[in-house]
Amino acid sequence: MIGSGTPLRWARTIVVSTGAALLISGCALSEAPILYPQGPIALAQRDLLFTAFWLMMIVAIPAILFTLLFVYRYRSRHHSTAAYTPEWEGSWKIEAVVWLVPAAIIVVLGTLVWRDTHKLDPYKELASDKPPFEVQAIALDWKWLFVYPELGVASINELAFPADRPLSIKITSDTVMNSLMIPALGGQIYAMAGMRTEMNLLADGPGTFKGRNTMFSGDGFSDQHFLAHALTEADFTAWKDKVTGSPEALDAKTYLEVAKQSVANPVTYYSSVEPNLFGLILRKYAPIVGPLESEAAELICRGAA
Amino acid sequence: MLGRLTIEALPFYSWVAMGGAAVTVGGGIAAFLLITYLRAWKVLWTDWLTSVDHKKIGIMYVVLALIMLVRGFVDALMMRAQQAISLNSEGYLPPEHFEQIFSSHGTIMIFFVAMPFLTGLINLIVPQQIGARDVSFPFLNSVSLWLTAAGAALVLISLVVGKFSQAGWTGYPPYSGIEYSPGVGVDYWIWALTLSGVGTTMSGINFIVTIVKNRCPGMTYMRMPMFTWTALCISILIVFAFPALTVVALQLWLDRTLGFHFFTNGDGGNMMMFANLLWIWGHPEVYILILPAFGIFSEVVATFSRKRLFGYTSLVYATACIALLSFTVWLHHFFTMGASANVNAIFGIATMIIAVPTGVKIFDWMFTMYRGRIEFHPAMVFTIGFMVTFVIGGVTGVLLALPPADYLMHNSTFLVAHFHNMLIPGALFGYFAGLNYWFPKAFGFKLDAKWGIRSFWFWFIGFYLAFMPLYALGFMGMSRRMEHYADPNWQPFLVVAALGAVFVLCGIICIGIQLYVSTRQWGSSRDITGDPWNGRTLEWATSSPAAPYNFAVVPTVTDIDAFHEMKMRGSAYRRPERYEPIVMPKSTGLGVVLGGLSFVMGFAAVWYIWWLAALMLVLCLVCIGIRACDDTSEYVMSAAEVEVIETAWLSGITPADMHDMRDFEPRGAASGMTLSGRAL
Repeated sequence: MIGSGTPLRWARTIVVSTGAALLISGCALSEAPILYPQGPIALAQRDLLFTAFWLMMIVAIPAILFTLLFVYRYRSRHHSTAAYTPEWEGSWKIEAVVWLVPAAIIVVLGTLVWRDTHKLDPYKELASDKPPFEVQAIALDWKWLFVYPELGVASINELAFPADRPLSIKITSDTVMNSLMIPALGGQIYAMAGMRTEMNLLADGPGTFKGRNTMFSGDGFSDQHFLAHALTEADFTAWKDKVTGSPEALDAKTYLEVAKQSVANPVTYYSSVEPNLFGLILRKYAPIVGPLESEAAELICRGAA
Repeated sequence: MLGRLTIEALPFYSWVAMGGAAVTVGGGIAAFLLITYLRAWKVLWTDWLTSVDHKKIGIMYVVLALIMLVRGFVDALMMRAQQAISLNSEGYLPPEHFEQIFSSHGTIMIFFVAMPFLTGLINLIVPQQIGARDVSFPFLNSVSLWLTAAGAALVLISLVVGKFSQAGWTGYPPYSGIEYSPGVGVDYWIWALTLSGVGTTMSGINFIVTIVKNRCPGMTYMRMPMFTWTALCISILIVFAFPALTVVALQLWLDRTLGFHFFTNGDGGNMMMFANLLWIWGHPEVYILILPAFGIFSEVVATFSRKRLFGYTSLVYATACIALLSFTVWLHHFFTMGASANVNAIFGIATMIIAVPTGVKIFDWMFTMYRGRIEFHPAMVFTIGFMVTFVIGGVTGVLLALPPADYLMHNSTFLVAHFHNMLIPGALFGYFAGLNYWFPKAFGFKLDAKWGIRSFWFWFIGFYLAFMPLYALGFMGMSRRMEHYADPNWQPFLVVAALGAVFVLCGIICIGIQLYVSTRQWGSSRDITGDPWNGRTLEWATSSPAAPYNFAVVPTVTDIDAFHEMKMRGSAYRRPERYEPIVMPKSTGLGVVLGGLSFVMGFAAVWYIWWLAALMLVLCLVCIGIRACDDTSEYVMSAAEVEVIETAWLSGITPADMHDMRDFEPRGAASGMTLSGRAL
């Protein structure tokens, strides 16, 4: 059996070292994209997280404190006046409190969840005086291909958009299940072959944010990340010029090459894109009988053969 | 002839693979030599492997769990070491190995540590808690054990022949489909799950029938000990949930092997269906793992607070609520799949509701300690550690249940930290408490308390060091399952997490030392009465270890704390006027044989050796036929034999061995106070 001093001593050590660790890690955490978001969507998601956290502390803190207090107060070696009621087997009053107080918190939280899940539905178009900037994201092994229908260009492992317009991403996959996330702007929706999912995000202002696939997808998964640039009008025009000046063109044949497995792809720009590339990739997985309307469709939906 | 099996399946392609194979083969050889050295083969076969005694089957389950715990933990240690060093580098594990390791870690810990551990404890204790002489179907019990062992053996052999799955323990298609995972790994995963899943389903049926039909006179449902209640609830969950897993695994197998298109990208397949079916099993599974531990905590906290359990009725209803609600929340595992806001919100709210009965349990245990006399036995220390830590896991669980917050946290290390925060304190601490608490009942002597306490502190501190940094890393945007990373801010956290894993390693070593030391000194810590802790429930009324028939005379129960009440009345340890002959099941080797045949069948199916798989299936059916035609599977133990065993036990008990029940006099300021009476 253990001396009753030992757990206390340990507890003290834990508290002190946890405090120290928190201090040290504070610096790194100040860059954590989820705690310090860069867009209103991620901010609202984070705020819900914080609200829920504090609401739960109403129950969690007493639970932990009273547990420790009772352990200390009613330890068997404590020969004091501590009461001992071995036959006490229940109290309706206490039961009412421990059922109803958490239930009340869940009612409040549930209301918040209902409201915010609808408010923050990733499919919902964001209110803005400017039209959303549409991007089509295609998950590949192991990179992200972004197609910009408005500009007729495409890029690999780099996403750029005007900072003052909402970003509307249509997502699919030409490989296994992926999940597209830009933590500082908000998260995350699966990319699935043959299916189109959507995510609407908004940045507070110009900036560069990390994005990645969060769903394990194979050997190159660790390197499947990209940078998302929210650019000012001038910077975005410059970026557009850079991409349209690229000698590379993403036609159906090139796409078949791009779609092959590759790890840690460098950023690549394509000054032109096969028309309706996103739609063709979606159709690839639908059962279609008979010849397709174009050679490009044949190539993408049925492969090089 | 040998299907896909060629010489290339042997692990000579990398040092990691060779190391793993060498440890596995070396471990097997060492076990073989040790048994031979101890000349224990005959005893092992006649007394253990062929036994259908629920207590021995329970012990074998727990042994399997502890062996697999070490194997699964080595995976954890390797992952933590890899991530601690792999900033902008490949570390020491190539992706192929890292992926196998995280896949086998999850598979082993869920299916071959947690499941056998809880099944073993239920087997060992529940029949004794309800005053039964055995489970309802002792032979079926043996088959369940050996099917689980066959599944575990498939995971182990995958280290030596071929590779294990790289698709994670959840094996999501299309990645786990034949197009993206063409090797044998996923097939090993499928067959390990299927074999053990069938065994678990049969265990569930067995426990339900046992608890419903075999309770002793007077043991109404509302007098069943909490551990028995949780066992009943999870057995019902098992019977409803596991078929979903078996079906989804077999569908994946059909996709992979026969070119079906249940979950493929094209041709009408739908991967979302896999996620749904998997988690319709997977979420109840979480409660299958945790509820028995809740039952153990309930027993331990009452015994070592020297007090009745507070709010028994409330705890029963909370358990039943949790069991029921566990089937209504599976979608929270994939809020990010793109379901509508209505669907996500409803499943989010359903998930949060489960926090209410779970919280109630914590408070009921807390008030059991209130005005008690708490003793810091290792089982109790694990319980206290659980109560404090589990609250944190509950809070993070509710955070993940908020769909908008889950969009930020899904697939991150925050999620990894959350479910380890539930399963290490919530399940494993409970099983360890059970191990310390019930060990004397299994072996007749107590475990060393000092090493038990040490193991607790290492596990407790190790848990915090290993998983609190992962919560922080989740906020910093780190995804799970990353073999390397480029953000230097993450590394300090991952180093601390690796340090935590080292602490846990010390915790596991402490348990090993505890078992060794206790066995060495077993003579001085013998449990003579069968009731080492002044226990309250009926399992303490039998001798330690219990006689093959548990109870010479089936007891009659008048209270929730049946044995405590007998001791208070002075009716414990009484000799009956006469003993009766008892019908006992005979030992049989058919359970082991069936396990062996299924193992070979699984192995053959993995490697496409179809003739062998078919042969094994036929032989399995033949074995079942032989058993079905066997009308001599029981024997009668004569009253004289029973009397010899009972007399040897009872005459060994001196008054000095018995507990002084005057300790249960109310004391202190409140002793004269009128307390609000029973909560039913």
